[in-house]
Amino acid sequence: MINLHWLYVLAGAVFAGFAIGSARDETNPNRWGNAVFWLLLTASFWFGDLFGDIGNGILVLALVAIAGLNLIGRGSKQSASSLQEREESSTRHGNRLFLPALIIPFTAFVGTLLFNYTPLKLLNLIDPKAVTLVLLGCGVIIALVVSYVWLRPPAFTAVDEGSRLMNGVGWAAVLPQMLASLGVIFAAAGVGTTIGSIVGAFIPQGSVFLAVLVYALGMVVFTMIMGNAFAAFPVMAAAIGVPILIHADGGNPAVIGAVGMLAGFCGTLMTPMAANFNIVPAALLELKDQYGVIRVQVPTALALLAANILILYVAGFHM
Amino acid sequence: MIDYWPLLGIALVVVGFALRFNPLLVVAVAAIVTGLLGRMPFLKVLATLGHGFNENRYVTIIWIILPVVGLLERYGLQERARALIAGIRGATAGRLLIVYLAVRQILSALGLTTVAGHPQTVRPLVAPMVVAAAEKQHGELDEATSEHVKAMSAATDNVGLFFGEDIFLAIASILLIQGSLASFGIQLTPFQLSVWAIPTAICAFLIHSTRLLLLDRRLGRRQ
Repeated sequence: MINLHWLYVLAGAVFAGFAIGSARDETNPNRWGNAVFWLLLTASFWFGDLFGDIGNGILVLALVAIAGLNLIGRGSKQSASSLQEREESSTRHGNRLFLPALIIPFTAFVGTLLFNYTPLKLLNLIDPKAVTLVLLGCGVIIALVVSYVWLRPPAFTAVDEGSRLMNGVGWAAVLPQMLASLGVIFAAAGVGTTIGSIVGAFIPQGSVFLAVLVYALGMVVFTMIMGNAFAAFPVMAAAIGVPILIHADGGNPAVIGAVGMLAGFCGTLMTPMAANFNIVPAALLELKDQYGVIRVQVPTALALLAANILILYVAGFHM
Repeated sequence: MIDYWPLLGIALVVVGFALRFNPLLVVAVAAIVTGLLGRMPFLKVLATLGHGFNENRYVTIIWIILPVVGLLERYGLQERARALIAGIRGATAGRLLIVYLAVRQILSALGLTTVAGHPQTVRPLVAPMVVAAAEKQHGELDEATSEHVKAMSAATDNVGLFFGEDIFLAIASILLIQGSLASFGIQLTPFQLSVWAIPTAICAFLIHSTRLLLLDRRLGRRQ
């Protein structure tokens, strides 16, 4: 059965490629720092299960040291090809250039449909928990093969151009994973229950609307702290959602559950802790302001939060 | 008696991010401080951090897509995306993003969340197209406008994903709500929950589309 470990082998190899590509980029004054950083990730993907917890902890500290001491940088080279070459290639190949780029989404699309709606699942070919990532891996391999056969680029092109993009993202690439580990520590230190009890102490007596308000805002604030609504929901449900809104005030449990979670998603739009949605794209799009994406999301998030509070109040208690 | 000291870790994160220290450093320091204040010995904190990092490796797999994107960019993918938009009359940054928002919401509602995303679609396709459309409306973009338009492309992807995915029955967050409420003896089916994601999905589309239309007005005006 294909499971996550196959993907880790593939990912380790790709990060080894990033390390090689970084080392080859002589325009990057910190190229060896970058190479070591990506090699550490290769080691994590390939041998993480053998290192033991303390070994992995030391690996994390090493990654943090490289990033924190600014030993990781980026080259000045934009691409191996000049703008004029790219324009010519774009004209020569036409819209067919989109096809390899669309192979990855298309593989995800077809694969998800096949896996969810045909008996393929029963064959036990792919671990159900790893399906989306396995499809991503397949898409990447197919797209690479097609591109190499069609465009016949120099051998190192994928490595060099891939690490150019990877070094543009830099340390932000592991921030989501680091934040997930911070979540583990927060949970182990009992941060969730503490916050739940603080928010619980704010409950106004007798006003359904104010209770709804505290519930929704509690979801937003706790989501912003933890970086995702998943950690916030069980705590807020236990502190306010179930005892106050559902049991005491008689609210509709489906609305309280579903829309409460969505109120939390408004918080996700406003926090750097949700790094893969908010910080990583800023790096990927080479924005000057690392909070640029959050900045444009805040108005949508606040307006939608107001809408969610209204939906909670009206549909939860008056329908 | 509740122990409030571990909350200091949160304060460290907020201050560290606000002062723009390296976020990896901020997170690591906050993790260690929180653990120590939660009365864990240092080696236990280090082990918990390492264990959490190792268990969450799947989060970082997405980057294996970059060699494909980089290779195609070398052969003019971004230039192609711009040329395509330049040839479509009536294409504006706002309208393009409204279409993308609708498609992203519908695909997510069907459970096809990984069909699009920042590395998969926003960087190689959506952002260059939207910048090209904005240049048609506005002429050359100054840096602030170009940043704003690119940031809006990423934001639109997020809004479409977040407020589409919960309509799908088998998504993790719906199952989490179901499980959390079930632990209090409240039994709901995923369907009962996911229909209540629809009103918010519609509001999200209306609110964000309005902002995208305002973006078009702003781009048209500064010509």
